[in-house]
Amino acid sequence: MKASNSLWNARIAGAIEPGLASEIDAFENEIALKKQGKIEDKIFAETRLRRGAYGQRYDNGQRHDGIESRKLAYPQPGLTKGPNTLWDAPGMQRIKIPFGGMNAAQLEVMAELAEEYSDGIAHVTTRQDFQLHYVHIEDAPSLMRRLAAVGITTREACGNTVRNVTACPLAGVCRGQAFDVTPYARAFASFMLGHPDAQDFGRKFKAAFSGCADEPCSLVRIHDLGCVAQTRVVDGKTERGFSVYVGGGLGTVPYQAKLFDEFLPEAELLPLGQAMARVFARLGEKKNRNTARMKFLVVKLGLEEFKRLVLEERARLPFDPRWTAYLAEIEKEQETPSRPPGLLQITAPEPADQREWRGSNVYPQRQAGYATVTVALPLGDITADQLRALADMARKYVNETVRTTVEQNIVLRWVSESDLPALYADLQRAGLNQAGAGTILDPTSCPGTDTCKLGISSSRGLAGELRMRLAESAISRDDATRGLRIKVSGCFNSCGQHHVADIGFYGVSRNKGGFAAPHFQVLLGGQWNENGGAYGLAIGAVPSKRVPETVERITSRYREGRQAGETFQGFIRRIGKAACKQMLEDLMTLPTHAEDASFYTDWHDVREYTLGDLGIGECAGEVVSPLEFQLTASEREAFEAQLALEKGDVAKASKLAYEAMLRGATALLTWRQVFFVNSPDGVVETFRKEFYDTQLFFDPFAGGKFAQYFFRAHELVAEERTADSATRLIEEAQLFIEACHSCTIREAARLQAAKA
Amino acid sequence: MEHVSIKIFATADSSPVAIADAIPVFHRWIQARDLPELAIDVADYSHVPAGPGVLLIGHEANYALDNAHDRPGFLYSRKAADGVSLQYVYDSALRGSRRLEAEPEYQGKLKFDPKELEITLNDRLLYPNTEAGWLSVEPALRAFLDGLYGTGAYNITRAADPRERLSVVVSAA
Repeated sequence: MKASNSLWNARIAGAIEPGLASEIDAFENEIALKKQGKIEDKIFAETRLRRGAYGQRYDNGQRHDGIESRKLAYPQPGLTKGPNTLWDAPGMQRIKIPFGGMNAAQLEVMAELAEEYSDGIAHVTTRQDFQLHYVHIEDAPSLMRRLAAVGITTREACGNTVRNVTACPLAGVCRGQAFDVTPYARAFASFMLGHPDAQDFGRKFKAAFSGCADEPCSLVRIHDLGCVAQTRVVDGKTERGFSVYVGGGLGTVPYQAKLFDEFLPEAELLPLGQAMARVFARLGEKKNRNTARMKFLVVKLGLEEFKRLVLEERARLPFDPRWTAYLAEIEKEQETPSRPPGLLQITAPEPADQREWRGSNVYPQRQAGYATVTVALPLGDITADQLRALADMARKYVNETVRTTVEQNIVLRWVSESDLPALYADLQRAGLNQAGAGTILDPTSCPGTDTCKLGISSSRGLAGELRMRLAESAISRDDATRGLRIKVSGCFNSCGQHHVADIGFYGVSRNKGGFAAPHFQVLLGGQWNENGGAYGLAIGAVPSKRVPETVERITSRYREGRQAGETFQGFIRRIGKAACKQMLEDLMTLPTHAEDASFYTDWHDVREYTLGDLGIGECAGEVVSPLEFQLTASEREAFEAQLALEKGDVAKASKLAYEAMLRGATALLTWRQVFFVNSPDGVVETFRKEFYDTQLFFDPFAGGKFAQYFFRAHELVAEERTADSATRLIEEAQLFIEACHSCTIREAARLQAAKA
Repeated sequence: MEHVSIKIFATADSSPVAIADAIPVFHRWIQARDLPELAIDVADYSHVPAGPGVLLIGHEANYALDNAHDRPGFLYSRKAADGVSLQYVYDSALRGSRRLEAEPEYQGKLKFDPKELEITLNDRLLYPNTEAGWLSVEPALRAFLDGLYGTGAYNITRAADPRERLSVVVSAA
């Protein structure tokens, strides 16, 4: 930690808004009290999370180094900053950037913090935040003060709060927008920050604003609250408002947000948000975090009842002048250019790299003579030097502002088109001129096993590998495939937003012969447009090392087999999931460890992929164990359920999904060699006793959630399902089967460790 | 001085190096458990142009095959505020650079020359990149460099951009 920590407060106290300053002072005091043992772990954990100070991989003090799991001997082993989280273990600091908007001074401070407290890199997330990794908890107050001095807060960046409010990075310059949503997103973020009605949630609350319904820029359909700009004419006067969507979310089981209101007048935006927060706080699940997001509340109550309760709450709210005060200032807030409009003039033959960049990274604005330029960041990473260079460019070419994007990039808006060649040259000097923004060359990825505690497979390793290989491949040059989007998550929690990608992946693991191997579930046909308008469905799991070949196979098949003008989603729908699976079947096979040990390591990580020193497990010597047979059959059933659903046979789909779970549970019981009555009730009863009550099946972070899916499916087996609930059941069945795989891997590791 | 980083630059005649090859190397260093610091993990930024390359993240210090400003070098960055000397930081950087050179991935391809190095003081409040900031640390830095290369037998170039950390590139004769 820094020697200067005690000095920053005095140095910059006057530059910080008093409310923020006292908030950070309080956090610093809480750190001191925690060190004195006067605050409980759980309370301190939520306290720091609400300030964006998150845990990071290995912060429990254990790390497998490729040979064995070893203890990390931190200097204060008895001091913790949360349950099972060591004080000295580095953590991640998330920094909220409402609507992704930043100015040059803020970029420069971000650069300073990345250098002084982190590892020299600032990382843009899939929700327009910044993240710094490897930060010591005792450095956090200084870091926060320096941010606060330039108007940035980390407050409520994590925890059960209103998270960063995202918005389309093209807001105000988009050719298809109804109007600029920036002031509304800003007002919403500011109004909800620290609002008393938003402090008692069971889970996080995510909101997004989009200027139009068609483009994907802010993905409103995957949010708890999504607002799409609309206008209407009443008595000859144009009124502004929003189509409001509620109850969306990705996570383990994705939900599409439902239309709550076709037109909410602008003046009602903040009070509606407040009323929704109150209802969520009052009625949302608090005990079981796995069902605590608003999407579950909307399903539980039904949209109409949820709406009734929210409107009832709205009617009861005492008037707050902030609801509408900002509206009077909206016109003054409009961003303006710093340079006159211009026309792009290319006097000499344009270099090929610049032409390619212009084709993918430059967006002509609705304002003639101006363009928005996307600075494509590899995996969302930017160095301190690059941040400073970007600040210089923001001052030189535009009005000192930039915006982060949900595709982990940064945009410069209001660039005079005549400045494009000079800007390109500056970007090139800073190593920021990568072409292919928003194409297959620009995959997004969550942190995955690099730094995230929940990561199962290396999403960044995979995304980095794909970037490298695709740059050399014809796939990135072919018009049919160049525009496809790849998104990778390290686990089922979907931070990489794999559900809304053309080609999505999320990390899972498989066990063969006692060795664990990293895999990725393949999801095809998710819809990025229409604000994340449809989710892809899982086709099957391929070994991590076969993913590049998988991408090659899928894109080749699309190139060769698509009909004129057919989109990727249309193609996938037309050929059907059975054909998709057949196309990838051979790539789903995993060689044994003896045949090819490289499959048992992850991308850009040479360590043997295990959670413990697995060695040769109990299944050694068997090509396919009965357990593997059963779990494979169970996966097949879940897949067949998808096919049935695709054909509109909801009843069959539901039955198959349930049976897939039942088979998975039976496989585990057989594997454990326990006695059970071979009937659905018998399996459930014994599974509950042997795997749930003992917590053997519990995921280290999700707990018993996946078993609960199974129990609920069993309880509701006789009920008729809708297509929506059948879709969720299938998703849950897939996750349950993944959890069966994980359970066997954990148990094998435990037995092996006990033997050693 | 606290939070000192020293980067020993690769020689100009080193082959173009694959930064990502440092990933297995640093994992082996962690496995060997023979570093004086607590080694935590490996961070890979080899995909970032002119970036921090590949780092071995430690509790008291980081090691890195660094590629900032597109100049590969071996970087040792002291994070702990524990008053270790400049000589200690330099020795750690030198030892690390020698060890990396000898690894199979880089043997015969990569050579670090301690006659050209960069010293960075990684705390803008304690060591601002201003004239006053420079004057406050110059005597200690020169004393160290005099001892290393001989009195005055080196050139010093300071980072010109005041937004950057206080740092100097040192070239010995």
